[in-house]
Amino acid sequence: MDLNMDLNAPHSMGTTIIGVTYNGGVVLGADSRTSTGMYVANRASDKITQLTDNVYVCRSGSAADSQLVSDYVRYFLHQHTIQLGQPATVKVAANLIRLISYNNKNMLETGLIVGGWDKYEGGKIYGIPLGGTLIEQPFAIGGSGSSYLYGFFDQAWKEGMTKDEAEQLVVKAVSLAIARDGASGGVVRTVVINSEGVTRNFYPGDKLQLWHEELEPQNSLLDILNSPSPEPMNI
Amino acid sequence: MSKAVVELPPKGGFNFDLCRRNEMLLKKGASPPSFRKTGTTIVGLIYQEGVILGADTRATAGSIVCDKNCEKIHYMAPNIYCCGAGTAADTEAVTDMVSSQLQLHRYHTSRESRVATALTLLKSHLFNYQGYVQAALVLGGVDVTGPHLHMIYPHGSTDALPFATMGSGSLAAMAVFESKYCEGLNKEEGINLVCEAICAGIFNDLGSGSNVDICVITKGHKEYLRNYRVPNTRAHFSSKEFTFPKKTEVLLTKIVPLREKIEVTEDGDAMEE
Repeated sequence: MDLNMDLNAPHSMGTTIIGVTYNGGVVLGADSRTSTGMYVANRASDKITQLTDNVYVCRSGSAADSQLVSDYVRYFLHQHTIQLGQPATVKVAANLIRLISYNNKNMLETGLIVGGWDKYEGGKIYGIPLGGTLIEQPFAIGGSGSSYLYGFFDQAWKEGMTKDEAEQLVVKAVSLAIARDGASGGVVRTVVINSEGVTRNFYPGDKLQLWHEELEPQNSLLDILNSPSPEPMNI
Repeated sequence: MSKAVVELPPKGGFNFDLCRRNEMLLKKGASPPSFRKTGTTIVGLIYQEGVILGADTRATAGSIVCDKNCEKIHYMAPNIYCCGAGTAADTEAVTDMVSSQLQLHRYHTSRESRVATALTLLKSHLFNYQGYVQAALVLGGVDVTGPHLHMIYPHGSTDALPFATMGSGSLAAMAVFESKYCEGLNKEEGINLVCEAICAGIFNDLGSGSNVDICVITKGHKEYLRNYRVPNTRAHFSSKEFTFPKKTEVLLTKIVPLREKIEVTEDGDAMEE
């Protein structure tokens, strides 16, 4: 059965993930769709995973690979924090991810965006795409939906945004990617990390702004059933 | 002249001697034996007091139903059960293995097992085998931290959800859940919804069929309802009884119980050399 083969396809996250620095911290954003082939396995997944109190990672690519890599790095970071005696820096977290991604590049298929805040460097975003390069960027985008956002960010990104501006930018960008990318969808989740701590936000899919040619979400079949039957068409 | 026999050192690891023969057979058109799969519809949902797991009972080998009433809800711990879809041998083996590991862990820690422990053990095992252990599981249980429900995929990724479906009938069952699930269901509503979802799989998916098994887990208590609903009873029975052709004469009957009850007493001398 073709459907059967699709359901046995590796669990991958089509995904749109974004990390953006602002004046005082970082904002991480992601959609919530996990697909196996053509079926949406989880329409409300959380792709922004905690590594330490002040460092989070956005996961994309193979769900299994990204979950295991972040589990290992969380474990190493915990040990590192104990040995160091103070919270780990974002750079260390990103480097650990990079070491695992690069040294196992033949077997892993996962692109990650590490973002966090520490007292030495402030808010930082590191992108670690397939292959295991480590690149520090003021903003990073990843996942299949990111293809539609390169032009948007070139135009909309600016230095020194406020927290609300940055979060609105992230939500708008994920929402645009969801509109165009079949492998991204569901809700928009954001995580804001700054010196004060971490705030998680949730934007339900049907409350997002509608873009070109998008229709209003229909909630109930009853609305359609109760409407009067249409006039027969005349040729 | 005697034939000199060369002593080859024993080969470690895997033995690939039959690979060439298998390739030759494939070329000649022989199809390899099919695995016994559980086509399956398995579901789980979290309700007011805990977790309800459900499964159908059909096991298929290719397109033949090889077991009309198999058990797909496996025991992991007194408070944790796991439904398995995919290759039957893989699901049985992996759940048995993790169930033993959990028991050892319970002895080590003197505590009730947690669902997160079972989850990590299963996910790391499956990831290590890179998806070749074809076991797709719905793990549910209630521990000190509350009720938990997880989906585990063959490649090792996991999802945590309030309601979950897996297997070839998962689409049919998910359709039922998506339209009827809400938070805070009571036990009766929960069981009915799970039954409906499994029945949707049984009647609309060719890989699922026969009966519905249900397992209800709450804090400190579990109910395993084997064959809760039997919607596919056999319609026609042959009126002719089956008789063996020749009667065998019974010469001697001896019944030996397999398990002896052994009394263990604490007193006794310490062992001496």
